[in-house]
Amino acid sequence: MRAEVTLRGHMYLKQRKSTFMYKRNCVHAVECAVQIFFTACAFLTIVTVAVITGYLIVNGVPAIWKIGIRDMLFSTVWSPTAKQAQYGILYIVLTSLVGTAMAVMLGVPIALLTAVYLVEIASDKMAAVMKTAVELLSGIPSVVYGMLGLMVLNPLVYRLELRLYRDSVTHQFTGGANLLSAVLVLTLMILPTVTSISESALREVPAELKASSLALGASQMQTIFKVVIPAAKPGIITAVVLGVGRAVGEALAISLVSGGCVNIPLPFYPVRFLTTAIVGEMGYAAGLHRQALFTIGLVLFIFIILVNLTLNHIVRSGDK
Amino acid sequence: MGRKIREGLLLLFIKLAAFLTILLLTGIILYVFEKGGRFLRLSFLLTTPSVKNGTVGIAGNLMNTLLIVALTLFIVVPVGVGAAVWINEYAKKSAFIRLVEFAVQTLAGIPSVIFGLFGMVFFGRTLGFGYSILTGSLTLTLMVLPMITRSTQEALRAVPDNYRLGAFGMGATKWHVIRTILFPCALPGIVTGVMLAIGRIVGESAALLLTAGSGASLPRPGEGLIHKLMESGGTLTVQLYLSMSKAEYDVAFGIAAVLLCIVLLIQFLIGMLAKKRVRQEK
Amino acid sequence: MGLTWANRMCKKKSGVKIRTERLHLYYGSVHALRDITIEIAANRITALIGPSGCGKSTFLKTLNRMNDLAGNVRITGGVYLDGRDIYAPQIDVAKLRKRVGMVFQQPNPFPMSIYENIAYGPKIHGMRQKGELDRIVEESLRGAAIWDEVKNRLDEPALRLSGGQQQRLCIARALAVQPEVLLMDEPTSALDPASTIKTEELMKKLRTDYTVVVVTHNMQQALRVSDDTLFFLNGELVEAGQTKELFLAPADRRTQDYITGKFG
Repeated sequence: MRAEVTLRGHMYLKQRKSTFMYKRNCVHAVECAVQIFFTACAFLTIVTVAVITGYLIVNGVPAIWKIGIRDMLFSTVWSPTAKQAQYGILYIVLTSLVGTAMAVMLGVPIALLTAVYLVEIASDKMAAVMKTAVELLSGIPSVVYGMLGLMVLNPLVYRLELRLYRDSVTHQFTGGANLLSAVLVLTLMILPTVTSISESALREVPAELKASSLALGASQMQTIFKVVIPAAKPGIITAVVLGVGRAVGEALAISLVSGGCVNIPLPFYPVRFLTTAIVGEMGYAAGLHRQALFTIGLVLFIFIILVNLTLNHIVRSGDK
Repeated sequence: MGRKIREGLLLLFIKLAAFLTILLLTGIILYVFEKGGRFLRLSFLLTTPSVKNGTVGIAGNLMNTLLIVALTLFIVVPVGVGAAVWINEYAKKSAFIRLVEFAVQTLAGIPSVIFGLFGMVFFGRTLGFGYSILTGSLTLTLMVLPMITRSTQEALRAVPDNYRLGAFGMGATKWHVIRTILFPCALPGIVTGVMLAIGRIVGESAALLLTAGSGASLPRPGEGLIHKLMESGGTLTVQLYLSMSKAEYDVAFGIAAVLLCIVLLIQFLIGMLAKKRVRQEK
Repeated sequence: MGLTWANRMCKKKSGVKIRTERLHLYYGSVHALRDITIEIAANRITALIGPSGCGKSTFLKTLNRMNDLAGNVRITGGVYLDGRDIYAPQIDVAKLRKRVGMVFQQPNPFPMSIYENIAYGPKIHGMRQKGELDRIVEESLRGAAIWDEVKNRLDEPALRLSGGQQQRLCIARALAVQPEVLLMDEPTSALDPASTIKTEELMKKLRTDYTVVVVTHNMQQALRVSDDTLFFLNGELVEAGQTKELFLAPADRRTQDYITGKFG
C-alpha cells in the first residue's frame, strides 16, 4: 500500500508541469508507463516534423548565404562542376512547376472521368474488375514506370521528335529523353491515386441528390457534371492534392526519362527537376555543390508546403 | 439536338478514359512479364552478381528488401499504432490532438526525396550510421508512419463505443481495455495499414538510394545480423534503377517481374483481408 | 373495382389527371405492384398510405418513371397522364419529369447557392435569360412559402438552411420547372414538428395550382392534409376513396385494421 502511494506521489511530482495532459488516474505503474509510451509516440510525430524542418533549414541555408539569393534563385545557369561554378536554379524550379502542372492537367481529367465511369456507368462486375486494376496500378513501384518510360515511351517520343523537327537545323535531338516523356510518365503515375480517391468521393454522394436532379428532368450527363461532381468536390480536391504530391516528389523514375541537362522547360528539351537534380548529383557532389543540393531540397519542401496550403485554401473557400 | 451530341461525346470520353486504365494495367503486366518472366527462376533469386561465376542474381537485393521491410515495420508499427492510440483513446485537449494530426498530415505530404536527404544527414551523419540498412529503415519509418497511424486511427474509430463503455463500467483499466478489446477488434484495419505500408516500402527508391546505398552482397558466414544491418544495402527498386542506368536491361526486367509479383501478392492479401472483414461484419 | 373507386372520388368533377390501368411492377422476380387501377383527380391532394414495404413509394415512382433508374424493373399495364401513356416509346422522359415533379423524404439541396438550386431546373430545360430566371426563382420561392426568409440571401449556400427550410427549398426547386403534378415521398418524416406544420400548410396551398400526390406513413397527416386517400397493402390497392369517408367508414376490413392500428 505504501509503495503504491509513494509511486503515485512520485509520478505526480514528476509530471507536475504537465498534469493538464495526464489524468491522475494511473493506478498501476504499468498503466502509467503505457500512457507515457503512447503519449511519447504521439509527440514523436511533432518532434519529427520539427527536426526535419530544422535540418532542412540548417543544411539548406548556408548555400544561399554563400552564393547569394539572386545568383541562386534567379539565375538560370547551373554548372556546379565548372571552374567558375554557378548555381542558378531558376530553370530547375520552373521545370518542376511546369512538369507537375502539365502532369496534373493531363492526368486529373482522365482520372476523374475514369472514376465517373466506375461509379455511374459501369456495371457492378465491370466496376469491381476495374477497381482491382486501379489498385494494382497504384501499387506498382515508380521505378517500374520509369523503366517502362525509358523502354517504351522514349522511343515513341523520339519518333515524334524526329517528325516534328525534321527540317530544323538548330534543334538538339534528345532521343526521347525530355520533358514530354517525363510528363507522360508522371501522368501515368498519378492516374491510379487520383482515380481511386475520386471514386470513393463520388460514391459518397447521396443517391437522393442524383435522384432529385433526374426528377427535375436532367439527363445523366447533366446530373453527373452539374450535381454529383460538385458535391464530391472536397474528396476530389484531396485526390488532386495527393496526385500533385506524388508528381512533385517523384525522383528516380523521371530521372530515367527526362534527360539530364538543366534547360528551360519545353517539351522537347532535356530537363532537370528539383528532385532529379538531388538524386542525380548527390552521389558525387562535394562542398558547396552538396550544400546547394540541400538548398534545392529546402526549395522543394517550401514548394510542397505552398501547394498544400493553396489547395487546402481552395477547398475551404469552396465550402463557403 | 446539339446537346444530345455533346452528351454522347462526353460518354465516349468517359468510356475511353476508363479503358485506358485497363489497357495500361494489362499492357504493363504483359510487357514486364514477357521481357522479364524468364528471370523468375530460383537461380536468379538466390544468387548474387558475380563476374567470376557469370551470374546476374538478385539474392542480395532480395535479402536487403526483406531486411528493410522487417526492420522498418519493427520500429514503425509500435510508434504508429501508439500515436493513433494516444489520439483516439488518451488525448483530452483538442489543441494537442490537432497539432499531432497536423504533424501526421505534414509527414504524409513530404516527398520521399526530402526524407532521403534528412535521413542521409541525420541518421547517416549526425548519428553516424552511414549508408546502411539501419539508416534506410529509420528513414522509411518516418515516411510510412502516417500510413500506419491513419489506418489504426480509422480502425479504432470503427470500434463501437459501447465496447469501451461496457468494459470501463466493469472497472477495467484503460490499458487492459485497449489490450483485450480494442486491439483485437481493430486488428484487421491495422493489418491492412501494415500491408499498405509494406507496399510503400517495397516501392520506395529515391529515399533508399540516399540512405541505404547500393550494396548487393549476401552476408558472409560468420557475420551477424547486426553487421549486415550496418552495411549498405540496395533494395530491389534501387537495383532496378541502377541496372537501368547501366543499360543492363535484362536484369532490370527480371527485377521488375519480381517486384510485380510481390505487389500482386500484397494486393491479393489486402483484398482477402477486406473480404474477411466484410464477412465478419455480416 | 377500380372504376367504382374512381367514381366515388371524382364526385367533385375536377377531372382525372393521372390514370393507371392494370399496372403491375416486378423488381426482378419480386411482384411489387399488383394490378393497380386507379384515377387521381386534378387539383386535389391524394394521400398514399399503408405499412412500410407495401409498395406506395414504388407506385409513386412509376408516375414519373423514376423506377426506370433501378435496374431489373419490369412494368406491365398503362400509366396515363392527361390521357397519354407515359411509358410509350416515343415519350421524352425529361419532359415528362418536367410535368411531374418529385420531392423526396430527406431534404437534399444541391451544393450550390439558394438561387442556383432553384434555377437548376429551368436552366436544364433551356431557360437562359437572367430576367426570366430571377422571376421564376422568386415565384417558386414564394410558392413554397419561403421567399421572405431567404430573399436577402439568395447567394448563400443552400446547405446553410435549417432542415425544414431545406425541404421547402426542395419544394420550390420542384415548382420552378412549373410542373402540373407534384409527387411527394414522405416529405415531412425527417422534419421537426414546427417545420412539418409549415410544410403541411404549404401542401394545402399548392392544391389550387397543382395536383399533389403524397406518400405518408402518418395517418393523422393524411387526415389533415388530403382530399383523397389510397390504401396500399402488399403491393395491392386495397381501398381508395375520399379521405374522410375512408377513415370514418372504411369499406374493407383490412383498411379498418390498419387505421385502428391493429398492424403496420
